[in-house]
Amino acid sequence: MATHTIDITKEHCPMTFVKVKLALAKIARGDLLDVLLTEGEPLTNVPRSAEEQGQKVREVRKEGEFYHVLIERT
Amino acid sequence: MSEETKKLSIICFSGDFDKAVAAFTLATGAAAVNYEVHVFFTFWGLNILKKKPGRTFVGKGFMARMFNFLMGGPKNLPLSRLNFAGISPKLMTGMMKKRNVATLEELVFAAKELKVNLIACEMAMHILGVKKEDLIEEVMEVIGVPTFLEKSKDGQVIFIS
Repeated sequence: MATHTIDITKEHCPMTFVKVKLALAKIARGDLLDVLLTEGEPLTNVPRSAEEQGQKVREVRKEGEFYHVLIERT
Repeated sequence: MSEETKKLSIICFSGDFDKAVAAFTLATGAAAVNYEVHVFFTFWGLNILKKKPGRTFVGKGFMARMFNFLMGGPKNLPLSRLNFAGISPKLMTGMMKKRNVATLEELVFAAKELKVNLIACEMAMHILGVKKEDLIEEVMEVIGVPTFLEKSKDGQVIFIS
């Protein structure tokens, strides 16, 4: 089970969701995607849309001014 | 409308730069959150999809060729306001890059990656003498109203004029 990382702190709508969706499509089932994002729109919607897509949000953790959202591809 | 069949259909009538950005932002954003997305390009909207980015004499017949030359391709899309003879879209793209917002080119690429269905209007293409081979390869189909209605059935429809 590998962990992949993606930094979307500099992205804006819709590329925040677009990049996460494309990154999830590229990793194997069971792998984790560690998404680094800012609060506000990305923090509200990235975990929610991942769950809507049937992925599993394992962890949401604040680190400094950013957040890590750990998503498991199911 | 159930969760499984979330669907967004956008009719892009406009060939303005800012409206094309709006259409592709909605399309890619919706596709990224698992919507089935169709974008139907008609009339001026076809200019966004032209394979040749600049002004070329596409089409059959003098009038069609003149129209297509004057309208140009994706590099000639005007801003719907404050166009200033075509300088503003270039300035706007510069601002978008500087502020890290996806440019139209990046959005079109993302739409392809996300499998957004780009479809062209058969009737508008016929008027303007534009053929499928004059459009970018991402254009999946050339269709008419009944097929569009069938595709957009039970989803949300947005008209960008």
